[in-house]
Amino acid sequence: MSDLKPQTRHIADRLESPLKLAVFSWPSLLLVVAIALFILNSFMSPYFLSAWSLSDATFNFTEKAIIAFAMALLIISGEIDLSVAAIIALSSTIMGLCLQLGFGTSELVFVGLFVGVLCGAFNGTLVVGLGLPSIVVTIGTMSFFRGISFIILGDQAFNGYPAEFAFFGQGYVWWVISFEFVLFLFVALVYFVLLHKTNFGRQIFVIGNNATAAQFSGVRVKRIKFILFCLVGLMSGIAAILLTSRLGSTRPSIAQGWELEVITMVVLGGISILGGSGTIQGVFIAAFIMGLISFGLGLLNVPGIVMSIFIGALLIIVIALPIIAGKIKSRLKA
Amino acid sequence: MQNSVIKLSGISKSFPGVKALQNVELELYRGQVTSLIGENGAGKSTLVKTMTGIYQPDEGEISVNGKVVVLGSAHDAFSHGITAIHQETVLFDEMSVAENIYLGHTPKTKFKTINWKKLYSNATNILKDIGASHINAQTKLKEISIANKHLVAVARALSVEADIVIMDEPTAALSHKEIEDLFQLVEKLKNDGKAILFISHKFDEIYKIAERYTVFRDGQMVGRGMLSDTSQDEIVQMMVGRSVDQIFPKRNASIGAPVLHVENYNHPTEFADINFELNKGEILGFYGLVGAGRSELMQALFGITKPSSGTLTISGQEITLKGPADAVNAGIVYLPEERGKQGVVLDLPIVENISLPSLHTTSKNGFLKMANEFALARKYAERLDLRAASLSQNAGTLSGGNQQKVVIAKWLAVEPNIIILDEPTKGIDIGSKAAVHSFMAELVAEGLSVIMVSSEIPEVMGMSDRIIVMRDGLMVDIFQNNEDLSAETLIRSAAGIEEQVA
Repeated sequence: MSDLKPQTRHIADRLESPLKLAVFSWPSLLLVVAIALFILNSFMSPYFLSAWSLSDATFNFTEKAIIAFAMALLIISGEIDLSVAAIIALSSTIMGLCLQLGFGTSELVFVGLFVGVLCGAFNGTLVVGLGLPSIVVTIGTMSFFRGISFIILGDQAFNGYPAEFAFFGQGYVWWVISFEFVLFLFVALVYFVLLHKTNFGRQIFVIGNNATAAQFSGVRVKRIKFILFCLVGLMSGIAAILLTSRLGSTRPSIAQGWELEVITMVVLGGISILGGSGTIQGVFIAAFIMGLISFGLGLLNVPGIVMSIFIGALLIIVIALPIIAGKIKSRLKA
Repeated sequence: MQNSVIKLSGISKSFPGVKALQNVELELYRGQVTSLIGENGAGKSTLVKTMTGIYQPDEGEISVNGKVVVLGSAHDAFSHGITAIHQETVLFDEMSVAENIYLGHTPKTKFKTINWKKLYSNATNILKDIGASHINAQTKLKEISIANKHLVAVARALSVEADIVIMDEPTAALSHKEIEDLFQLVEKLKNDGKAILFISHKFDEIYKIAERYTVFRDGQMVGRGMLSDTSQDEIVQMMVGRSVDQIFPKRNASIGAPVLHVENYNHPTEFADINFELNKGEILGFYGLVGAGRSELMQALFGITKPSSGTLTISGQEITLKGPADAVNAGIVYLPEERGKQGVVLDLPIVENISLPSLHTTSKNGFLKMANEFALARKYAERLDLRAASLSQNAGTLSGGNQQKVVIAKWLAVEPNIIILDEPTKGIDIGSKAAVHSFMAELVAEGLSVIMVSSEIPEVMGMSDRIIVMRDGLMVDIFQNNEDLSAETLIRSAAGIEEQVA
């Protein structure tokens, strides 16, 4: 019916340049905060600006950040996994058990990853298969996984990991650049590409915004959510290997409370806790900020319990901030 | 001549792009039931909302017992003795029956706490009044059946001192037995001297319970009177009115071989015994009342719900759909009725909405190629004359009609063979409506096949080659859409009215 369309109207791709949008984004703000913290730390301690102490500081966040990248994807899709720290404990415990059976380094690594994926798949099956809310499921598996570790270990610890195994958590690739830090950069890159440059990543955003419309558009919502739970499990398995290697031992209380730090990192990175938006760049910078904060508090000799108060407060602030900002915005409009 | 209890005169109400009510009149009388009749979109719900204080009319006045009143809020309507029983009433599962009935006007003690004793005894009395003494006022709402919940909703409506009772399709969710009970209740309300407005699509119910009728069409009152001296045929004629006045595009598609076979499709609750064929280049209309099972059937054909039995054959190949992704691969796409919930992702850009099901073609080895996505989105957005400033603006910033174009663009981009449109022009402006209609004509001319679910008679008759009528989950008729088919026939078939022999 050509008479209804006398001429085609041209529609622009974009009206605002991507560069301008990037400058006024949450990650840019985070970057400013990170630089400020860096300067603050260097004034507070004369030792901070040495290559080795900077390198040491990275261990504060690399393991958590490796989980945080996968967690970011899961939270964007509208789910959450609170059992990550418990997965580390179980994965580390099973590695320790296999160590007693005489497993070598490569087998231990395989076991660590395998247990992680298995735990993730277990969470995924309960959430996707049975349609249970992930927050409830993973509160349950949080106790469940760590409970198994306690049963196996009691108040004992597994020690005596092989010397080669120590490389993952203690080794250096070049000068002060640790293996963990390189792995962190690599994982960040992989997740950046996965979330922002692939069809899979696009579908995660769509699911998080409107899972029904995603399903009605032919997106395999359940499959993608299941894969994301497995990915979080896998990354927790990797973190378990790194942490076990770094500590050189396994206790059932290993990585206690990490789930909150991981989630704080994700939310601070600008991932909406309600799902549907956020960037890997943001989480990447947030990881550095968390590292700088805990390093700085360490320099001030702040005890651990105060640190956890600080993390809790930070979590509330970063969740509340965008919601309050949104309210102010809509009030200004009205 | 009896005086009316409530009189609406000259009421007009407009929404952007739509004149929902134009200068309508309505009067209700003590001890009588007036039935409000009209097609979907005729303005019945708008009128109910005007009478219950949810909408304010742009023009006209409402008088209760001869005095002009302003109904500024739902509370105003209550205080003038107007109460409504809606099709779907919001009730609270975790509260007791009595609390639900008296929510908002709970009897209080002198310390301003809830007077439980009085609450329960009042609730028990009301339940007894409406013939529902089998419901215990103290049970939690979630523990009683759906039909009983409906009675609680009725009790709630009558718990305020009301002279005017509006019933908006109260029988839609009820079984035969429950409808009988409801009618007894209506008789009782009549005897109590209440003025009742009864909205229903079912003629047998209307003739059974009502004395008077008022017919609406396209937001205007087109007739009123006593049912005792008006035949069903006359009323149907008023509903449909003069011949279809919308202009529908001329069709010059040649209808080819069958592309889709549905055999013995059954669903445990929504539909049964569905058998039909869809031909290449054909528009197949599905007409029926709301709740006839049409959307549910379409969603089963798109793989969202699973049929309990039956076979689906597409282009000669039998196929089992595990999900919508399978349907899309098989060349079937579905434009859902609930556009905002199921169609578009409001907080994502237009381009991402359009490219979503086509990502495998725009991308390379699973990696996004934004340039391809923009090209694809532009191609279809411009073809549909989408009114947007840029393809990167969120779909939620568009008007309803343009959002619908985004959903259509999304599906055209996958180059389907069969497109299912579920109420494609519901709630969109006239201009977009015409664009959607002309586009349907283009599609079939290109050899696509279209299934269109519509509750609008002009649309169904203006666009379809054949029309299937569904009622209560069953296919009741298949009509060839030619000069012999009248709107009256379709309405009768959908509502289950026997042909009257004059």
